[in-house]
Amino acid sequence: MHQFLRLSRVLARTLVHAVPTVIGIVILDFFLLRLAPGDAADVMAGESGAATEETMAALRSRFGLDLPVLDQLLAYLSNLAHFSLGYSPRYNMPVADLILQRLPSSLALMGIALGLALVIGVGLGVVMATQVGRWPDRVLSVLALLFYSVPSFWIGLMLIVLFSVHLGWLPSGGAGSIGTEATGLAALLDKARYMLLPALALSLFYVAIYARLTRAAMLEVRSQDFIRTARAKGLSPMAVTLRHALRNALLPVTTIAGVHLGGLMGGAVVVETVYSWPGLGRLAYEAVMSRDFTVLLGVLLLSSFLVILANILVDLLQAWLDPRIEAAP
Amino acid sequence: MSRPHLTLVSDGLPLPVAHEAEPEAPAEIAATASPARPAPLSAWSNVHAADAIRASSAQAQLAPPDSRRALKAFVKNPTAMTGLVFLALVVAAALAAPILYPDDPLAMVARPLLWPGQDPDFPLGTDSLGRDVAAGLFHGARVSLMVGLAATAIGLLLGTSVGALAGYFGGRLDALLVRLIEIFQSIPSFILLIVLVAIAQPTIATITVAIGLVTWPTIARLARAEFRAIRAKEFVAAAKSLGYGHTRIILREILPNALPPLIVTASVMVAMAILNESALSFMGMGDPNVVSWGSMIGAGRELLRTAWFLTALPGLVIVFTVLALNLIGDGLNDALNPRLAAER
Repeated sequence: MHQFLRLSRVLARTLVHAVPTVIGIVILDFFLLRLAPGDAADVMAGESGAATEETMAALRSRFGLDLPVLDQLLAYLSNLAHFSLGYSPRYNMPVADLILQRLPSSLALMGIALGLALVIGVGLGVVMATQVGRWPDRVLSVLALLFYSVPSFWIGLMLIVLFSVHLGWLPSGGAGSIGTEATGLAALLDKARYMLLPALALSLFYVAIYARLTRAAMLEVRSQDFIRTARAKGLSPMAVTLRHALRNALLPVTTIAGVHLGGLMGGAVVVETVYSWPGLGRLAYEAVMSRDFTVLLGVLLLSSFLVILANILVDLLQAWLDPRIEAAP
Repeated sequence: MSRPHLTLVSDGLPLPVAHEAEPEAPAEIAATASPARPAPLSAWSNVHAADAIRASSAQAQLAPPDSRRALKAFVKNPTAMTGLVFLALVVAAALAAPILYPDDPLAMVARPLLWPGQDPDFPLGTDSLGRDVAAGLFHGARVSLMVGLAATAIGLLLGTSVGALAGYFGGRLDALLVRLIEIFQSIPSFILLIVLVAIAQPTIATITVAIGLVTWPTIARLARAEFRAIRAKEFVAAAKSLGYGHTRIILREILPNALPPLIVTASVMVAMAILNESALSFMGMGDPNVVSWGSMIGAGRELLRTAWFLTALPGLVIVFTVLALNLIGDGLNDALNPRLAAER
């Protein structure tokens, strides 16, 4: 009960804290949208092929584009409050629907990439920390630095060259075989085959970060008293490493993993265009190419909200993992 | 790409920096672990109690800031030297580009799709339009380095100003600026970058400014933490009691002492800016009038199945350059941080 109360206090605090950030992002988004060349009337006139001055004016007044800036901002806010991000003439559907349609596959890709990065990165970090100063540590350190320096889109293309073109093991793009009747496990495996390369390309950068982070955190924890105690009471080195050192070293890693969602989103934009993965990033790319700023800024807004949400979840996770964290005023 | 950086959350905004003194933790830990330390933990002074005592004793023995010692450590560091040599090669290539390849690298000069080694005049081959790949790589170095350096300068200037004001004055201004930083850090920076470039039309100048605009929060957080920590020191109080103005204290007293971590981050920021620029131009959002490594990859992508060297070569060059900068960053960190750790 106490635990629950504490967590709900933490939740309330982080929610209150997030409100001004959300408002700030919405306002920024609104002004970026206004800065964008051409308004909705221009776009619609362009789509329909021709328009007179009168119809343009009629369109503008219909969309409220002739109102003062402040009124437009209020209208934008009220639209947002009704979960409306505007309408995309190009896709002929509301932007919010469009984004929600693409969101799951993006989240899946990012989730798998983050999972891969955590597992591989923490694993490498543990090896590096236990072998510190010896050759496995040195080799892996260089490797981590290399991963950290590789552009994800390029490694994505190289993976295609190796695994799709030369070895022919994995598909080079798309999100699933077209026209298969597979269900259950077979369908899942099919999906996984398409997801593996993009997830790997996206995760490599984070593998490097988590490996270095885990190594550093493990080395720091290693010198603390409770590790000495664990050793003194005769636990095996393996048990000390995994049960005592790693557990405590993981806290910083979980913290930063949540923060990486924003970066993953950006990375996903590029990786999704490489693999024609039908996600948010690909949508953003298509929106840029067709100058569809309503869609583009909708993606920006929604992905920012996702980052804020992830940060709130991380705060909660931390509070749950570490009972010492109290709800600060 | 928006690549979040190691330094993305480098200092938990709300926390005091005091806990970063770790005698047994080599510099690298201070660099990579400190970002990770969960903010509220720092309130628990007993967590690092044992270390803290040793840290304060080490602090007493350590000489005041000694840039010569840092320089010596930097020069002796094999990592840093490797990075410097690599970077020197890239800079040399950028400088030599107009001499070795005085013609427009976008001009068609030979039979298309020559493989590397096939024609001695074009050692790295030609692309689908018959443009010399080697010329593109040399000229691309100019663009990448220029964008990387200029964007970092913008981000550094903006971020340090905001961070210095927030950290030095504190209070309401601080609260406001921290909000601003938080807003910018919640927006996925690569997506913001795309939006900015799409709105402003892609040219080298707009791309550079846009990259600077999305990277300043990192520096601002760091600068703020530094200024907050240093503001409380005696020499700042002494400067105040001498009647120095705020501008002088910020620029001449605090800034020089806050510089080392900013320098370390700046080297990584150049690397990130280069990655961002290459990702943008890969996606076709680069300046169409200049040849860039990213745009070469984007063009080579169409021929990935038959002429993969068109994609591989520019990518290798990007990796080489970014790796050089990251190695230098690591070396700088090793050289500058022991002192920092002890100073705090």
